[in-house]
Amino acid sequence: MGYVINRLLQGLTVIAVMAVLVFVGVYAIGNPVDMLISPEADQAEIDATIARMGLDKPLWLQFLVFLKGAAHGDLGTSFIYNEPAVRLILERFPATLELALAAILIAVLIGIPLGVIAGLKPEQPTGRGIMAVSILGFSLPTFWVGMMLIMIFAVWLGWLPSTGRGDTVSFLGIQVSFLTVSGLRHLILPAVNLALFKTSLVIRLSRAGTREVIGQDYIKFARAKGLPESRVILVHLLKNMMIPVVTVLGLEFGSVVAFAVVTETVFSWPGIGKLLISSIVHLDRPVIVAYLMLTVMLFVTINFAVDLIYAALDPRIRRKESA
Amino acid sequence: MMAAATATAALDVSVETPLHRLVRKFVANRIALSGLVVFAAITLLAVAAPLVAPQNPYDLATLDIIDGSLEPGMTNIDGKPYLLGTDEQGRDMLSAILYGLRISIGIGVGSTVIALVIGLALGLFAAYSGGWRDTLVMRLVDLQLGFPPILIALILLAILGRGVDKVMIALVALQWAYYARTVRATALVERRKEYIEAARCLALPYSRIVFGHLMPNCLPPLIVVATMQVAHAIALEATLSFLGVGVPVTEPSLGMLIANGFDFMMSGRYWVSFFPGITLLVTVVSINLVGDHLRDILNPRLQK
Repeated sequence: MGYVINRLLQGLTVIAVMAVLVFVGVYAIGNPVDMLISPEADQAEIDATIARMGLDKPLWLQFLVFLKGAAHGDLGTSFIYNEPAVRLILERFPATLELALAAILIAVLIGIPLGVIAGLKPEQPTGRGIMAVSILGFSLPTFWVGMMLIMIFAVWLGWLPSTGRGDTVSFLGIQVSFLTVSGLRHLILPAVNLALFKTSLVIRLSRAGTREVIGQDYIKFARAKGLPESRVILVHLLKNMMIPVVTVLGLEFGSVVAFAVVTETVFSWPGIGKLLISSIVHLDRPVIVAYLMLTVMLFVTINFAVDLIYAALDPRIRRKESA
Repeated sequence: MMAAATATAALDVSVETPLHRLVRKFVANRIALSGLVVFAAITLLAVAAPLVAPQNPYDLATLDIIDGSLEPGMTNIDGKPYLLGTDEQGRDMLSAILYGLRISIGIGVGSTVIALVIGLALGLFAAYSGGWRDTLVMRLVDLQLGFPPILIALILLAILGRGVDKVMIALVALQWAYYARTVRATALVERRKEYIEAARCLALPYSRIVFGHLMPNCLPPLIVVATMQVAHAIALEATLSFLGVGVPVTEPSLGMLIANGFDFMMSGRYWVSFFPGITLLVTVVSINLVGDHLRDILNPRLQK
């Protein structure tokens, strides 16, 4: 219990530190009037906004006002859309989530079999070839691969669409693409693009896991018992090598969401990443602040959850922390 | 006679310094060596770009709109060849790529070196002083490594704005934590070894123990991390510039060139962004091959 409270306090500290950094970055560096008021506003509007936002007050008081707003879920109103920034982001989050989950699914379905094969035959051409592909996957810049996918499958072959989400339907109250044919066709290229990097990672993890597990006594015993090789691999090996893969994928989920910024920009996927980039380009600062604060909270939550799961799985961590 | 030969051989081995051994093992691997050769050649071309490029791509006087959008290998009406084609303003893509490489490699290597110095200093400081100073530095490292690099880069660039110097600041801020953590971990192991104890017994000054004895022995793992980080930095800079938050239009890196060609690709003029992309890929892969092999050489678990 002490461990849980300790981790929770750490998470809250991170959020507080990030709030200070974002506040200092956006409100205090440069002229906050230029940053927070639309350039098209006239003098009366500017004066009114300055008074309303308390920009004439000392910095520490401004920070308290910012915190008070943040605690109520109010991080400002977008200049471009004239809507609360938090709502803009929450509206677009399902699209990003769908893309990220599809990418992770692809990474697992392709990466684990390839990694296991490479781990079973590390010195043979198959194993070496798979590892070469994985090095390439780490080195290829995501945005360039996305452009090449568009060039090949959308421009030259004309098989798949390259922009947008296609038709969406409501599923559990949110709009999703994967349940319509058009949506699914739109999802394929962006999901493959976003999956590239994580697939390489899963291949490496599964290969390392396989090589470690295959030498264990229980594998030898299963073989000695005369179990068919397919059962040894599909049950005994797979179950035991999955633990680190699942852990890392859980940890990497947040990074997939962050990296979706690139894929969404290339494929005009209407998620939060594309919103962030257009907000940076158009200096829509309330949306930038809202995106950063919400993403930081997402990360702190993920890290907290992972810490708790680790502690539940491994009693040594709990003891080390309390010692 | 035999004994003398064995003794000489034994002496030879003991004379071989860690650096010599590193070079010998590195050169023995052809793939890693070719990676190094390719990267050296690319860097040389980038440095010598004003001398070797057929055209100064940003001198507007040399551009002619009539030469715009030529396909790779075509010649213009004066018979001047364009090996990799031209963009819509008649800019020779080969020259644009060579000048872009200068900016990409400059930012990648420059930010890595600065971050390395900062990370090395903070890591040594944390390991050697211990206590609350150590905790403070390492908490900062943990905090930063808890977030994906691209997110931190976007936060910083959203605040700082565009520019070569700003991209470098963001990349330095991203990388120092990796070096600090690596150095600290190595330094904690090294400081318990006999040679540090010996140096202490000789009552050498603190700074000489840290910089003269401890630091050189922390460098090998750092070199591996730094090599990989140069590749990461170049790729990340390209990504940020592609997204429109990196370098300004006036100083186009490879990422910027690729972004510029994005619209033309839709109309089938692939070469404007294809060749900068290939150049970026070759650069990053060659560095990664070198880094991968360095890691294998320096990994004590793989040494037999």
